[in-house]
Amino acid sequence: MAVFNLSVNGKKQQVDVDPATPMLWVLRDHLNLVGTKFGCGIAQCGACTIHLDGTAIRSCQMPVSAVADKAITTIEGLSEEGDHPVQKAWLEHDVPQCGYCQAGQIMTASALLASNPNPSDDEIEAAMNGNICRCGTYLRIKAAVKTAAANA
Amino acid sequence: MKPLHNPPEPSILKKVDRRSFLKISGLSATGIIIGMQIGCSPSKKKDSGIPFSPNVYLTVNSDGTVTIVAHRSEMGTGIRTGLPLIVADELEADWSKVKVVQAIGDEARYGNQNTDGSFSVRMFFEPMRKAGATARMMLEQAAANEWGVPVGECKAKNSEVAHEGSGKKLGFGELTEAASKLEMPAEDKITLKKKSEWKFIGKSTPIVDIEDIISGKGGFGLDKKVAGMKYATVLRCPVAGGKVKTFNADKAMQVAGVQKVFEMPFTAFPGGINAPLGGLLVVADNTWAAIKGRDALEVEWDFGPNAKYSTADYFEDMLGKVKNKGQVHREEGSVETSFKNAAKTIDSTYLIPHLSHAPMEPPCAVAHFKDGKCEVWAPTQNPQGANDALAEALKIDKANVTVNVTLLGGGFGRKSKPDFIVEAALASQMSGFPVKIIWTREDDIQHDFFHACSVQRIKVALDNNKKVTGWEHHSVFPPIGGTFSPDATGPSFDELQLGMVDMPFDIPNISCQSHEAKAMTRIGWLRSVSNIQHAFAIGSMVDEIAVARQMDPVENLLDLIGSDREIPFDKLMEGFGNYGEPVEKFPMKTARLKNVVKLAAEKSGWGKELPKGHGMGICAHRSFLTYVACVVHVAVDDAGKLTIPEVHFAVDCGIVVNQNSVKNQFEGGGTFASSLALKGGIAFKDGQTVAKNFDQFEVARMQDTAKEIFVHLVESDEKPTGVGEPPVPPFAPALANAVFAATGKRSKELPIKMS
Ligand code: FES
Ligand code: FES
Repeated sequence: MAVFNLSVNGKKQQVDVDPATPMLWVLRDHLNLVGTKFGCGIAQCGACTIHLDGTAIRSCQMPVSAVADKAITTIEGLSEEGDHPVQKAWLEHDVPQCGYCQAGQIMTASALLASNPNPSDDEIEAAMNGNICRCGTYLRIKAAVKTAAANA
Repeated sequence: MKPLHNPPEPSILKKVDRRSFLKISGLSATGIIIGMQIGCSPSKKKDSGIPFSPNVYLTVNSDGTVTIVAHRSEMGTGIRTGLPLIVADELEADWSKVKVVQAIGDEARYGNQNTDGSFSVRMFFEPMRKAGATARMMLEQAAANEWGVPVGECKAKNSEVAHEGSGKKLGFGELTEAASKLEMPAEDKITLKKKSEWKFIGKSTPIVDIEDIISGKGGFGLDKKVAGMKYATVLRCPVAGGKVKTFNADKAMQVAGVQKVFEMPFTAFPGGINAPLGGLLVVADNTWAAIKGRDALEVEWDFGPNAKYSTADYFEDMLGKVKNKGQVHREEGSVETSFKNAAKTIDSTYLIPHLSHAPMEPPCAVAHFKDGKCEVWAPTQNPQGANDALAEALKIDKANVTVNVTLLGGGFGRKSKPDFIVEAALASQMSGFPVKIIWTREDDIQHDFFHACSVQRIKVALDNNKKVTGWEHHSVFPPIGGTFSPDATGPSFDELQLGMVDMPFDIPNISCQSHEAKAMTRIGWLRSVSNIQHAFAIGSMVDEIAVARQMDPVENLLDLIGSDREIPFDKLMEGFGNYGEPVEKFPMKTARLKNVVKLAAEKSGWGKELPKGHGMGICAHRSFLTYVACVVHVAVDDAGKLTIPEVHFAVDCGIVVNQNSVKNQFEGGGTFASSLALKGGIAFKDGQTVAKNFDQFEVARMQDTAKEIFVHLVESDEKPTGVGEPPVPPFAPALANAVFAATGKRSKELPIKMS
């Protein structure tokens, strides 16, 4: 066990946990931020995607001890009112089915657009390919990313 | 997903008083309460004097809100949106004021409300409309009484009733008290809206949970927390039917945060769908400790009766069996004679692997057992089934079990089995804490109720005029029944009705046969069930017939379906189930099947000039009473890499309730099917799955899926039928046929390998 000072969604947080604990479980179990999802635990599905200093990472493979003072953003902190351009585009295209993977999809997409405001189809596919949606909403995700890019 | 064999009873509507409503639903209500008795179980014998026991309620409340209290689970099919839409339309309610309230699963009287078999909309459509119309008429009558005018002058609109002449208006909320005292109109006096007056049915409306979902608000099973809750994992024997021989938990107990380790009760194979597999339970302060603690367990297994299960050997065995004569389930004419007189025969064998459901949210549940009572929160497709299973496992009365249904992060059939919920309850009972059970992805893939692996063989006879004269289909796979009983030794007739014996072609000599195969792992229902293997074999064979006849595949398909007619499957076979509906009510109409074939062909530009390496394939398949044709367009480059530029689904599912949900289901279903067509299957070696996570059990990702999926809905006045499962069956055969068109190579095995 060790104490870690974290910055999550702009707030200082302190946790006392096993240093090897993946950020995913720190967020979900210790900080009560359950928007970030578990899907595989081995960086294969993207359900656990969060931003670390603005970059999309798989929180299931990121031990809390490696986070240091980097800023963590989760789906809960992406926007105040659920009105980030990516979220708005998700609404417009009515993307979700079961919805379970969508937090991860939105976090990957928003990081993509932050670094590449006008991605091509191939770039969108390459960036989003690590996020599995078993319900199969990929086409709407792709369309929504383009809309978000156009509206940002 | 299993077909139902008790056709749903006609709906019965009745007014319900507040006291009985409270007792049954646990909810208090003011205003109009209409109970609906929908579905199959409670009133088998109409005249048996069984009291009216509604299982779904419509309430119009004094604050103007409208609630549907029902037992349907949401797992991505949009049913929590579809049902309110139907009610809002007939009731003339403001859409934003209608909500579905998930009732708790605590009473036997709810009957079987398992959310599967793609039948929610089909069963609920009529009753929901009638209930909505009934409440609307009562509200209009109440307003007429209030104003002392004829009811014909009062019209409900957007949650208000207005008087035509005077322009007077009263909100629904103001009218419910008076309306609730009125008699309900008799069922034959209920006036439903005309199709042209529908406001929501047939249009597109976003799902009701969308804003919560995109802002990351909890609500799934895995998100549930209760005070004092511990987290648990279970180390299960990797072979179904295996058990703990010896174990040592010393190292596990040293992991920080691990509280307790228990041995779970063991159930011998086959143990059904209720009982967990047994194994070792690790209860800890958080998920990570539960996972690390489990990793530290030392265990020696007795692998049990399935220790040698190898799918390689099992396929060999099935391949041998389909060469022989099997048990005959449908027979017309004489296939023997047709083959004796054939000018040409085609004989093909198809292999389809086990599949895993792998919903993105793995199985999980929270349970709190205290003072002989148990409350659980779980992403379940079947709360009643869970209720029964929990009462049995905990040895308590059903009335002491409460099942709360969370949102489901996908289901596909996996979450109709309550085994994981029972695990959570046992864990809580043993440890004394409220417990959340977490299945890792490795748990999910290794211990699934798998889609059956299968061998299909079809032999076809053609005469001198290239007319198809004989059709002999052999189907073999381990049955779902094998999960319940050692006596289930081959495909059941139920499973063969999913796409095999209901083959629609006009061929004079037909024989459909099955062969024995015993389940050596847990087999379960997966999105469209045995339609998957049957449609793959039949859809591929149809294309082979087109090649043999040197005909265009669409022409050939239409010709095989033949003249416009209703096929009397119930007369051709004893005990034909027709997905739980009487054949007269939902007949197999060949005209509807041909119509979707033509529509898909037309919309996809079938027959147009394609670039080199491109090809199109078609398959048509009716399942769950919905008619679907699918055209897949593929492009294969010189290196053998396959992409799918376009997919066209033509769909006749009767009246469309929510276009948006139907389209979503088909886009998603096409993608789900591309997983099984192109990506991963589940192989077993030494009784264990070879794949354990998404690195080995691959599923379709964005780059694998079609670039565009078009869904063309047939404008129809037929009764609505389901759309959750029907997209899946025709996709893989259409894709295989497209690959053949593009490359000249035919893949008779799923997943299709391109090298
Ligand atoms: S849970 Fe982290 S990538 Fe799947
Ligand atoms: S919406 Fe269900 S997994 Fe993506």
